[in-house]
Amino acid sequence: MAEVLVYVDHADGAVRKPTLELLTLARRIGEPVAVHLGAGADAAAQTLGEYGAVKVLTADASEFSDYLIAPKVDALEAAYKAVSPVAVLVPSSAEGKEIAARLAVRIGSGIITDAVDLEAGAEGPVATQSVFAASYSTKSRVTKGTPVITVKPNSAAPEAAAAAGTVEQLAVSFGEKSTGTKVVSRTPRESTGRPELTEAAIVVSGGRGVNGAENFSLIEGLADSLGAAVGASRAAVDAGWYPHTNQVGQTGKSVSPQLYIAAGISGAIQHRAGMQTSKTIVAINKDAEAPIFDLVDYGVVGDLFEVVPQLTEEVKSRKG
Amino acid sequence: MSLRIVVCVKYVPDATGDRHFAEDLTVDRDDVDGLLSELDEYAVEQALQIADEADDAEITVLTVGPEDAKDALRKALSMGAHKAVHVEDDDLHGTDALGTSLVLAKALEHVGYDLVISGMASTDGGMGVVPAMLAERLGVPQVTLLSEVAVADGKVTGRRDGDAASEQLEASLPAVVSVTDQSGEARYPSFKGIMAAKKKPVESLDLTDLGLEAEEVGLEGAWTKVDEATERPARTAGTVVKDEGEGGKQLAGFLAGQKFI
Ligand SMILES: Cc1cc2nc3c(=O)[nH]c(=O)nc-3n(C[C@H](O)[C@H](O)[C@H](O)COP(=O)(O)OP(=O)(O)OC[C@H]3O[C@@H](n4cnc5c(N)ncnc54)[C@H](O)[C@@H]3O)c2cc1C
Ligand SMILES: Nc1ncnc2c1ncn2[C@@H]1O[C@H](COP(=O)(O)O)[C@@H](O)[C@H]1O
Repeated sequence: MAEVLVYVDHADGAVRKPTLELLTLARRIGEPVAVHLGAGADAAAQTLGEYGAVKVLTADASEFSDYLIAPKVDALEAAYKAVSPVAVLVPSSAEGKEIAARLAVRIGSGIITDAVDLEAGAEGPVATQSVFAASYSTKSRVTKGTPVITVKPNSAAPEAAAAAGTVEQLAVSFGEKSTGTKVVSRTPRESTGRPELTEAAIVVSGGRGVNGAENFSLIEGLADSLGAAVGASRAAVDAGWYPHTNQVGQTGKSVSPQLYIAAGISGAIQHRAGMQTSKTIVAINKDAEAPIFDLVDYGVVGDLFEVVPQLTEEVKSRKG
Repeated sequence: MSLRIVVCVKYVPDATGDRHFAEDLTVDRDDVDGLLSELDEYAVEQALQIADEADDAEITVLTVGPEDAKDALRKALSMGAHKAVHVEDDDLHGTDALGTSLVLAKALEHVGYDLVISGMASTDGGMGVVPAMLAERLGVPQVTLLSEVAVADGKVTGRRDGDAASEQLEASLPAVVSVTDQSGEARYPSFKGIMAAKKKPVESLDLTDLGLEAEEVGLEGAWTKVDEATERPARTAGTVVKDEGEGGKQLAGFLAGQKFI
């Protein structure tokens, strides 16, 4: 059966959920072969096998962390040459897209980014994308070379499907040009203990209406009562009330949760671009004319300082 | 030796307008007003700041696009860039990211560069892949998605804020850089700048000038094909209630009904 390469996103062997989604989608096209770079291959292989990886190609070298992007492209290219896959799937993170972009140039293949669904087609995999701030949905395919496709988080529900997950070492040699950009230092982000924004089933976001960094505790309180991730509009981020990593929208994260709650956010096109594919959308805004209300399944016209605390209390008491 | 900075800028349909697909499923660029991609203004701004710090620097703005894309070049020139290069050819219609990066790479080699600066993504296609493709094609270091950037002693340094960590990066020139919208507000063109821009040189190049064949680019040469584009049905109007003191509880009731609680 045809093989599909899946690039693994992980933290020291702990495989992130979007990769499990990729394995699930890969099985619609062929047999997934996972490419795992860095430490923790054995731990990762266990999970990858559970979700259908027949093989796990792994390489560990200091180059992966000492230099930006290019060494990982060298490794993915080596895996591509070893396997001759029918497609290469990569998670749609900032880094994933850059790796995929360079691989596409190197192997002379077309690339599709930010797919939200994938199916087998008569002429190769067909990718669904959501474009123009999600006002259009397109179906595309790669017409030259081996399709390289990056897939957004929350594009599929991960389905377990036991496979061998046999670990094999991948030999990688790094090109001279691949060590041009040195990572001089790295400051890991502190964990908040909340779900990852892009992976979360529920996201609660605050905007300019939250009116101050200290008031974001209201948004966090609601998020915690629901087990949700916290997002912010660019206005809130630019004001310095919440970190940029939590920004939702065109120049922040694109999220597609089951439930998106926007509090004190007007719903500008650039914000909508990052949340419009959410399944259920709820807004709290004191302006009945705010464009966000055009998107909602349920909206409350009111002061978030009244509505949010009451909602949080009610959620807590209903959950018991 | 002067520092040769080339800023890649794209002319895009206005995101706040009604964007559509043309009949051949390429982005409709006729019915919508276009402008210099707002995210590329940040690239122009950083180029201007780097040039200020350098003893001697020359900023060229480069675009691949239709006739109207000159507007984007003019805007960048009025912000303070020195000259412009416009790659324009009927055969470019429908070119995808791989094709665009090929044309840009050829144009960069033609113009000459020490530092290439791009935006983080175009506001229309928004793939955010062209800078990485350029680094790959040119065989120079990729120093991308920077929220802070500086050039000194033949080196570019910068901070890349990733999901898992914030990284400090360093590479020797020549290099390809891309900057995010966190890198600092772009300046508004001054009246003097707008007047001066009218006299700045804009060089036009076509595929032949770059040694490229029509088959390598355009819709026919594209490496991907859009088979279908459907307008998403407008979301069905939801329930909107006015808070009369029970808004939070009513919302909780809705969430419970949807099994979120
Ligand atoms: C190139 C570019 C990229 C961009 N990228 C992004 C992006 O990634 N993400 C993003 O979010 N934006 C982005 N923007 C900015 C975007 O255009 C908007 O400016 C921004 O989304 C506005 O944020 P906001 O809704 O919080 O603020 P506002 O538009 O000011 O809205 C605040 C809302 O809060 C309501 N409000 C105020 N007080 C209360 C209260 N007490 N209770 C209830 N409601 C209240 C108001 O009625 C108002 O509707 C981008 C812009 C550009 C040009
Ligand atoms: N047609 C183009 N002409 C010049 N620069 C471009 C063009 N397309 C993309 N770029 C540059 O590449 C960046 C990323 O674009 P993209 O990969 O299309 O999201 C943009 O911010 C521009 O700096």
